[in-house]
Amino acid sequence: MRLSTPSCFYITRTIVSTVNIGILLKEGPYNHQASDTAFKFAEAAIKKGHKVDAVFLYNDGVTNVTKHMDPPQDDRDIAKRWNELGEKHGVGVLACIAASKRRGISDDVIIEKGEITGLGTLTDIAIRNDRLVTFGD
Amino acid sequence: MLHTINKSPFESNTLETCIRFLQPGDPLLFIEDGVYAVQAGNKFSDLVNSTLQNNPVYALQPDLEARGISSTTEGVKSVDYEGFVELVEEHQVNSWL
Repeated sequence: MRLSTPSCFYITRTIVSTVNIGILLKEGPYNHQASDTAFKFAEAAIKKGHKVDAVFLYNDGVTNVTKHMDPPQDDRDIAKRWNELGEKHGVGVLACIAASKRRGISDDVIIEKGEITGLGTLTDIAIRNDRLVTFGD
Repeated sequence: MLHTINKSPFESNTLETCIRFLQPGDPLLFIEDGVYAVQAGNKFSDLVNSTLQNNPVYALQPDLEARGISSTTEGVKSVDYEGFVELVEEHQVNSWL
């Protein structure tokens, strides 16, 4: 049997131009769902062709990016996947300096693509992007 | 404006607070434990139903599945992460925490 191909295609979906998105993550990994939701949201946005500018980590959120994290093999490696998002898609992974200092997070323990920065950066992210989406608890 | 709710209404009053701020037409998206609000036949069904009169209501499908919620209040649409992104494309976001 020969399969016929449609003679023409109709674009049924509205084409949305690229949306620039900033993400604010305020909870640590593993004990809150916020980190997982934020990551999956970022992944889906990138897949749809949007620009995820940065993930700003605030409060316990800064503990998402400690490089000594070593979860069991059958579990997700949260620090590693944030690092990969930074590496592959240019997403800034930015930890608040005041929140980091309180929790013993310094440049020595942060993932390669992570960066410790000031809270003012969050304001910049909010200003330069079309959307700021917050995840926390 | 898109409003997201991530708390179970059984443990937090963010749903009630959010509803007071909703403008007609504003979409409401339940994520994480927030999805308990739309489980069919629970004590929040009437509230969700009345919200549906003026506002579209969505729930994140993976979070419904993770909590074993297979039946939701009629009129509530389930979306995946792609649907979440589509809502963000169209609206500014207010994340109720």
